Amino acid sequence: MANQKIKTNDVILQTVTQIILFIIIIFSIYLFFAGHNAPGGGFIGGLMTASAIVLLLIAFDIKTVKKIIPINYILLTSIGLMIAVLSGVGSFFYNESFLSHTFDHFHLPLLGETELATATIFDLGVYLVVIGVTMTIIQTIGETE
Amino acid sequence: MSLLHWAILSPFIFALFVPLFFKYLKNIHTGWFVLPLPILLFFYFISFIQETMHGETIKESVAWIRSLNISFTAHVDGLSLLFALLITGIGTLVILYSIFYLNKQKEQLGSFYLFLMLFMGAMLGVVLSDNIIVLYTFWELTSLSSFLLIGYWNNREKSRYGAQKSLLITVFGGLSMLGGFILLYLITGTFSIQEMMNQTNQILNHELFIPTMILILLGAFTKSAQFPFYIWLPDAMEAPTPISAYLHSATMVKAGLYLVARLSPIFAFSSTWFWIVSSVGIFTLLWGSINAVKQTDLKAILAFSTVSQLGMIMSLLGVGAASLHLESLSDGIYPVATTAAIFHLFNHATFKGSLFMVAGIVDHETGTRDIRRLGGLMTVMPITFTIAVIGSFSMAGLPPFNGFLSKEMFFTGMVELTHMDFSNVQTWGILFPIIAWIGSIFTFVYCMIFVFKTFTGPYKPDQLKKQAHEAPIGMLISPIILASFVVIVFFYPDLISHTILEPTVAAILPAQYIVEEIHIKPWHGFNIELFMTIGVVISGVLLYKLWPKWQAIYNIMPNKLTLNKGYDHALASLEKNSSNLTKLYMTGFIRDYLIYIFSFFILILGATMVIKDGFVFNTENITSIRLYEVILALVMVAGTITTVLSRSRLTAIIALSSVGYSLSLFFVLFRAPDLALTQLIIETVSVALFLLAFYHLPELTKHERKLHFRFVHILISFGVGIMVTLIAISANSQRVGQSISKYYEDFSYKLAGGKNMVNVILVDFRGFDTLFEITVLGIASLAIYSMIKLKVAKEGES
Repeated sequence: MANQKIKTNDVILQTVTQIILFIIIIFSIYLFFAGHNAPGGGFIGGLMTASAIVLLLIAFDIKTVKKIIPINYILLTSIGLMIAVLSGVGSFFYNESFLSHTFDHFHLPLLGETELATATIFDLGVYLVVIGVTMTIIQTIGETE
Repeated sequence: MSLLHWAILSPFIFALFVPLFFKYLKNIHTGWFVLPLPILLFFYFISFIQETMHGETIKESVAWIRSLNISFTAHVDGLSLLFALLITGIGTLVILYSIFYLNKQKEQLGSFYLFLMLFMGAMLGVVLSDNIIVLYTFWELTSLSSFLLIGYWNNREKSRYGAQKSLLITVFGGLSMLGGFILLYLITGTFSIQEMMNQTNQILNHELFIPTMILILLGAFTKSAQFPFYIWLPDAMEAPTPISAYLHSATMVKAGLYLVARLSPIFAFSSTWFWIVSSVGIFTLLWGSINAVKQTDLKAILAFSTVSQLGMIMSLLGVGAASLHLESLSDGIYPVATTAAIFHLFNHATFKGSLFMVAGIVDHETGTRDIRRLGGLMTVMPITFTIAVIGSFSMAGLPPFNGFLSKEMFFTGMVELTHMDFSNVQTWGILFPIIAWIGSIFTFVYCMIFVFKTFTGPYKPDQLKKQAHEAPIGMLISPIILASFVVIVFFYPDLISHTILEPTVAAILPAQYIVEEIHIKPWHGFNIELFMTIGVVISGVLLYKLWPKWQAIYNIMPNKLTLNKGYDHALASLEKNSSNLTKLYMTGFIRDYLIYIFSFFILILGATMVIKDGFVFNTENITSIRLYEVILALVMVAGTITTVLSRSRLTAIIALSSVGYSLSLFFVLFRAPDLALTQLIIETVSVALFLLAFYHLPELTKHERKLHFRFVHILISFGVGIMVTLIAISANSQRVGQSISKYYEDFSYKLAGGKNMVNVILVDFRGFDTLFEITVLGIASLAIYSMIKLKVAKEGES
C-alpha cells in the first residue's frame, strides 16, 4: 500500500492527541460521576473513555497503544460484570433483595459534604464493561488483515 | 398389587432375565427356561373357571396415576378368561414348538424370547384390563412387540418392510382408538369399562357417539386385519413361523375382536354399530377367502384365511349385536350369533395354530413353502399330513371337526338375521347369508388346496432344498395337542360350552339379559344350515377340481389396483410430496423467510385489528407540532429515501447516519439528554463499523449494483410500515390507565438520592435490566472476538 512506501508525518495529529486525550478522559470521568444527578452515567462515560483510546489508536498504531495501555479488555469486561453483579449481591448481607441500593451523605476530607450511593458501584461495572466491549470489538477488527 | 397383577406383569419381569439365560446358559435352548412360565399362568387362569362359571367376576385394582383417576384394574370375567387361556395355552404350545423350530446356535434366542414374553404380557394386559387407558397402553405394547417379532430376521428386507407396514397400520388404528377412548371418557367421566356399561343410554344419545364409535372401531379393525386394513397381515408372515402361529392367528389379531366383544354391551344397541361391524366383517370374509385361493405360499394362504375367518367372527359379533334389537330376546332366546362368534374364535385358535405349525414343519423339513414345488408328502410325513387334514377340514367346516359346529352356527346366525325387522335389515339382510355362503365355498377351496397340493400328487424331490422327512417328535407335540382339541370339541362340545362359552356370552351381552344354557349338538336334523353346508361341499369340490380352468379369473384384476400397491404408492407419494412441499417453501434464502415472517405479521396483526375493531384515530392527546420537528422529520425522511434508493453503499451508509444523527437531535428536542449523548456516540461507532465492514467486502461481489426492484418486496415493506403506523396511532388514540412515570418523578431523589431520573431508573429502580444489557454487550464482544480469532486460527492450520 501507499503509506508503506512514503512515511507520513503525523506530528500534528499526535501532538494534539496527547493534549486532547486527557481532556476527553477527564470529561468522561466527569460524565461518569455526574450521572446520578445530571446527564451522564456509566454508559456514556464508558463510551467516551473508549473513544479517547480510539483516538490514540488512530494517531499511533495498535502496538504502541498496547504498550501505553497494557490492558486485557476481555478481562476488563469480566471485571466490570463481576462488579455489577457483586454490587447487587451486597444487598443480601443487609437482608435486602437483589440490587437494592442505598445512599447517604458523608463529610469527607477535601471534598466536603458528599453524597455517596451504592448505585455508583453498579455504574462503575457498567462503565468498565462498556470500555471493555468497545475496545475488544475495535481492537479485534482492527487487528485482522 | 394382587396375585392377578403379578400374573399379568410376570412375563415382563421374566423378560428381563431371558437374555441372561441366553448368555450364560448357552448349552441349553433358552426356550426351556421360558416354557414353565406360560404353563404356570395357564393353570393359574384355569383356577378362575369355577368362579366365572357361576357368573362371578373378579376385580382387583391398583392405583397407577391417582391425580388422573387412572388405576390398573384387572377384571376377570368369561371373555377375559377365554382370551387369557388362549394366550397362555397356545403360548405354551408355541414356545414348545419354537424350541425345536429355532436353532440355538444360529438364532438370537435371547431377543426372540424377550420379545415373545413382552408380547405375552402385553396381550394379557389387554384382555384383563378394565381401565381403558391401561388397555390402550398394553394395546400399543402388543403392536410394538409384534413389530419387533415380525422384523426378527432384520437382515432381510422383506421382514423390515412387513414390520414397518404392520406398525404403521396398527399404530394408526391404535391412535384413533385412543381418540375414541378419550371421547368415551368425556361422555361418561370414567375410565372403567364396567362403569361405562351402566351409562349406555347416555352414551347412545350423546352427540359424539358416532365419532367415538368409529374411532374405536378403526382400532379394532386395523388390529384384527379387517378390510381394507388387512394388508399388513400377509406381509407379517415374514416373521418366524411360531410367531405367525401365535400372534397372527391365535392372539394378537383377535385383540380387535376382543375389543368389539368387550364394548358390545355399550354400543350394541346402536344399529350403526351392527351395520358397520357386520358388513365390514362379512366383506372381509369374502375378500379374504377369494384372495386366499390364488396364493401359492403356504403361509400366505393361511394369512388370507386368517383374514377371512376374522371377518367371519367380526360379522357374527355384529349380528349378535343386532339380535339385541329383537323383542324376543327378553323371552330368553340367547343370540346364537354371539355364541357362534365365541365358539369359532376358540376353534379358529386351535386349528389355525396347528395349521401354521404344519406349514412351519413343511418349510423346516423341505426348505420351501411354495405349493408349486411341494407335493406327495403324504407318505413321507404321515403325522404332519394327518394334522393338516384335521386342521383344514375343520377350517372348511366339515364333520367330525369343531369347525363344522361353529360353521353351522354361523349359518344359523346369518339366516336368523333375515328374520329380523329393524333398520332395513329385511331388505339388505338377505345378502348376508348369500355372501357368507359364497365365502364358505372359497374357504373350502383353499382348505383343499392347502392339504392336497402339499401332501398328495407326485413327490418332487429335485425341487426341494432338503431331503424331506418327518419332523422330530418335539415339533409335532404342539400341533398334535391342538388337533386333538379340534376333534375332541366336536364330540364333546359341552366340555367348553358350560365352562367357557356361557360365561363369555354372558360377558358380551348387556347385563339385563340372562344367558340360557348353551348346548351344542352336531346334529340338528335336516335344516337349512345343513343344506347350505352340503351346497358348500359340492360347489367347493367342483371348483377345486376345475381350479386350473378358472384360475385365469384372478388375472382380470390388474396388479396395480390391489390395496398393497395402493399402500405402497400412498407411502411413496406421501414421502415425495412432503419432501416437495418442504422444498417448495424451505428455499434456503433468508429473503424468502423474511417475506413469510413479514406477510404473517401484516396478516395476523391486520386481521386482529379489523376483527377487534381496533383502528382508531383520535387527536385529543396530540400536542402541537413545532417547526424544528417538521424540519428534522423532513431530514430524516430524505435520509431514509436516500438510503433506500442509493446506488452505492457509501451513500447508503452516510444517508443512514444522517437519519441517526437527526434522531439524536430529536432526543434533544424532546428533552432526553442522556439518550441524545448515547445516540450520538453509538451512531458514530456503528457508522465506523459499517465502513469497516464494507471496506473488507471481497472483491468479486464488490461491483455496485442498483437495488433490485421487486414488487412483492415493496408491497410487503409498505404493508409493514402502514400497519405499524396505524397500530401506533390507534394505541396512542386510546390510552388506558395512567403512566407510572409520576412515581419516578416523585421518588427518584427521595429513595435513590439521584436527580437524574433516567440514570436512577437504569442503575437503581430497574438495575436488573441494565445488568443483563451489559451482559449482552459482553457476549457480543466475545462473539466478535472468537469469530475473528477462530477464523484466523483455522486459516493458519490449513
